[in-house]
Formats: sequence, C-alpha cells, structure tokens
Amino acid sequence: MAYYHSVTLDRERCRGCTNCIQHCPTEAIRVRGGKAKIIKDRCIDCGECIRVCSSRAKRAVTDSFDILKNYKYNIALPAPALYGQFGSDITADKILSGLTEIGFDDVFEVARAAEYISALTRKMLDEGSLPKPAISSACPAVVRLITVRFPSLINNIVNFLEPMEVAARMARKKAREKTGLPDEEIGVIFITPCPAKMTSIKASIAVNKSAVNGAISVNDVYLRLLGVLKNVKPKNLAKAGFEGISWARRGGESYGTRLQNYIVVDGIQNVIPILSAMENEKLNDVRFAEFSACPLGCVGGALNVANSYVSLNNIKNIADRAGKSKPIGDVKDKDFMFEKQLGASSAMNLDKDLTAAMKKMEEIEKVCETMPQLDCGACGAPSCKALAEDVVRGYADAYDCIFIMREHVRNITNELYEIAESHKDGSGMTSDEIARAKELSKKLLELEQHQQSGYNFNIAEMERY
Amino acid sequence: MLKHYDISGTDFSVAGEASSNFKVVLKKLGISPDIVRRVSIAMYEAEINTVVHGGGGECDAEVLDGCVKIVFKDDGPGIENVELAMQEGYSTASDTVRELGFGAGMGLPNIKKYTDDMKIETQVGVGTKITLIVNL
Repeated sequence: MAYYHSVTLDRERCRGCTNCIQHCPTEAIRVRGGKAKIIKDRCIDCGECIRVCSSRAKRAVTDSFDILKNYKYNIALPAPALYGQFGSDITADKILSGLTEIGFDDVFEVARAAEYISALTRKMLDEGSLPKPAISSACPAVVRLITVRFPSLINNIVNFLEPMEVAARMARKKAREKTGLPDEEIGVIFITPCPAKMTSIKASIAVNKSAVNGAISVNDVYLRLLGVLKNVKPKNLAKAGFEGISWARRGGESYGTRLQNYIVVDGIQNVIPILSAMENEKLNDVRFAEFSACPLGCVGGALNVANSYVSLNNIKNIADRAGKSKPIGDVKDKDFMFEKQLGASSAMNLDKDLTAAMKKMEEIEKVCETMPQLDCGACGAPSCKALAEDVVRGYADAYDCIFIMREHVRNITNELYEIAESHKDGSGMTSDEIARAKELSKKLLELEQHQQSGYNFNIAEMERY
Repeated sequence: MLKHYDISGTDFSVAGEASSNFKVVLKKLGISPDIVRRVSIAMYEAEINTVVHGGGGECDAEVLDGCVKIVFKDDGPGIENVELAMQEGYSTASDTVRELGFGAGMGLPNIKKYTDDMKIETQVGVGTKITLIVNL
C-alpha cells in the first residue's frame, strides 16, 4: 500500500507517444519499450495525463457498482461537481433522489460537509490560528504536489480533512443511528470527479483509515442517473446551499472564507509558479490560497462527463437556486483535523547523502551538455535534463537519445567509409585496418541491439524507480 | 558543485531565473526545505538588486561542505552608503522599478535576515560584490 495510485496505464491502448510525459507536473512518466510507465513515488494522481492522452490509455481505477453488494446499507456521497453534469435547470433534490433509485439507500452531500469546513475555516481565521498564507487542503493532488515539490510549504497547508472525509464520518454516524447496523455493514461510497480522491480513500496521507469504502466515478454514475432523472419524484433531500455547492467550481471555497484577500489558482500548471512564489515568501500578504489541480476547479475533474465550462455555469445556477442553507453552529475543531502529520517526499532527491547527490548533479550536467536540448521526448523522458538524470541514476542510457545515437552511428560509418576510400586504388587493407573495420562493424551491431536489450533492462529497473 | 549564472540587466522578464534554477538544484540535492527556502529568498533579493541597481552582472552559486555560498557581482554604480542601504524601507530604486512592485527597500535587510552571513564589497562607480552564506 506504500505507493497506491488510482492513475494507471492501459498497456494495450498506449501508443508510446510523448503527450503524457511532457505534461506531467512531477516528471513521473517515462516511455519504455514503446509504453508509458508511471514512476509510483512521484505520481500525485492529478489526472493531467488522463486529460492529455489521445489514446485514452491513462485511466483512474475506481470501483464499479458491484461494491454496493458488499454492504447491507449503502450511502452515496456525491461530490458537488456531480450536480453540474446535467444542465442548469436541474435541482440537487432531483439528482439526490435519482441516486436513491439506482442502488443507494441514502445520500449525504459532500457539499453540506464542505459548509462545515467553511465554517471551521472562518472560525480559525477569526481566532488567527491559521498559517499565513493558509493553503487549502481540499485538492489532494495539490497537497501531494506540495509534499513532492514544495515541502517548505507543508506547514502552510490547513490541516482540515477533505469535505469527502467529513461527509463520510457524518453519514456513517447518521446511518448507524438510523439502522442500528455495525460499521462493517454500512457502505459509504463517494461519487468522484477526481482520480486523486480514490488515493485519498485507499492510501490517505491525512487520516489513518478513511471512513469512505470506495468511489464510483461520475462517468460511471452518469448514464444510470440520466436514465432515472426524467421520471424521478424529487424528495426533499438537499441540505447544502450556495456555499457548499459552489465548492465544485474555482473560487467557491474562497467565497466560504468571506475574506477579500485570497488567491484562487486552477490548473496544475498554473499552481506550480504560484507555489514557487509562495515558497519565496512573495505572497505573504495573501491570507488564503485555494488551489485546484483541475482547470476551473472540481468541475474540471478528469472523471466528469460534461464540459467543464458548461458545468461551471450549471453549478452557478444550481447554487444560486439552492440559496442559503441551515446555519452551522459551533464546529468542533478536532472532528475535522488531520490525524497524521504530512511529511516531505524524497521522490525527487538524487541521493540521501549530500556528497553523493552533488556528484550525481555534476554528472547530470555533464551528460546533459552532450544532448541536443530539444526536449523532444523521443527518448521517453520529458526533457534532455530528465534523460540525463535517468542516465546518471542508471535507469537509461545516453544512446536512448536518438540524436546521440545518430551521431555515434554517423561517426562509425564515416570511419568505415574512410578506410574503404583509402583503398579505392585497389590496394589491400593492412591487418590493423581489417581489425578496426571489424571492431567498428561490431559496434554498429551492438548499437542496433542496444535499443532492445536496453529497454528491457530499463523496464525491470524502473519498477524500483 | 558550482553553478554560474549570467544576470541580464536589460531583460526584466528573466529576473529571478537564476534563483529559481538554483532552488531546483538544491531540492534535487535533498537539502532541507527550510534551508532551501532561506537560500532562495535571499538569492532572489540579491538577484533582483543585481538587475535593478547593478545593471546586470553574474552569479556563482555553490554548495560547499557545511554551507551554501552565493556571490553576485556587477559593474554598476556601487552603493554610496551601505549602512543606509541596510535600513528597512530605504531604496534608491527608480519610479519605473517601483511601479513593477519592487524598490520597497527590503532587499538587503531581507538578505541579512535569511542568511547566516553576508558581505558587501562595493565601490562607487566601479561595482558591487555581495556574498551570501547560509549554513547547512
């Protein structure tokens, strides 16, 4: 369970192109033997590769509806982004009632739990007990990105549980009281727009054991739900208001803080420069930072169906109509806090030992200088620098670079040609020249074979990478 | 482990590139997050000074046994009164530079705050050399 990841590769579909390797924010993907390979301890499950893969070979492992069979009583925990999938005139009541007709016994809105987190955030801002600037913990991909690439900001992350986890605890308690069933017989299933949430459930970095049992993707729920939405009689199930539902879109969480001085950044490639500026204390005057790995917020989640811009508009309308929800009284801090301390990941480090790391760094620079600096990706690494690093770490070979390979082949061929050219008068080759020609031919053959054996070797090695 | 950077004095869009590049290097080396943060803040401030006041120059950044040492050198106007320049809020930055959000007079004080040692060698009309040390 050390490196559980929801994002995986469908090897059959992968064509070995360079889309995913060049978009990965943690340089966690390499193409080896014509197939993409995910370096497990670097992957943050942001889903960027799922979004950019034109062969649809990157997938998020989520649960199927079969998971409902494991429990006597099942509660659906819809992410607020689910509300945005069906048009702007639908109501939350309709969607929630629909969920109770496709196999769930009850529902608990994550949007309602989000309102508890908003209330807690306001309370702690008032008390002045949040770090400055305070970084939202709601997007699990961003939290993981910080542990991998911006560890000095770990202490700026507010240590509140994700709304999903809060919802699960509340839903469980309610179900226990209502049904008298023990915890093991109650299934709490998240309806997820997000691959990283699956990892939050199976291998949380915040809680010891998640109260959520599994997650079904919005994509997998969509058609079943669409089938019943037309005729469903809406029951009075929706508890979340404008504030909670708005968490589905960029800026929604920040609205809940009631602050004026906040920053909202969406899209993982936009998040990175802002985190970097924060690390340099350039944004110390910002009180609260809301980040989402997905463009436009959770409505942009890789497992959604609707176009994220359309969905954003739907959410605005649905949230407006929902209006104010029942006020939340005093919140108990400890119910909503991380149980574990976040730790820095060492996935990007060259070596545990500083001297060894420095030596490797110097070698990397030397190797990198020999490369074309085109970052073409043909070698399977995202950039020349990344290949140079792989070479020094022992996971790749400089000849994986087609330019270096070509130059090498050209030099050998030229030398062979020159030997031949010097005997065009018909004179015989000396024994030294024959030996050299043999040696060069052998090298050419080796280079040709290198590609295959080298790749195979690398696949085995990368497993430990 | 020496990294050399040329600091442009005319292209403001690349100001900060040396410090952000060196930050990546330090992280890869596994230097502790707190030290990386202190080095990057101090180095960034010094880099901006080299651009804004020094008219560009060069930088040598080095990880040594026990410390990180960074030297910025420029052939700019030099600092007339170092003591004054070290005061928080004092700045000789032009209005143009201030409009870009710089020139708050926190550069040198911040460098002092985040480093374990700093040394300024400067001569009016000749240039400035500033050495930053952060202990590991």
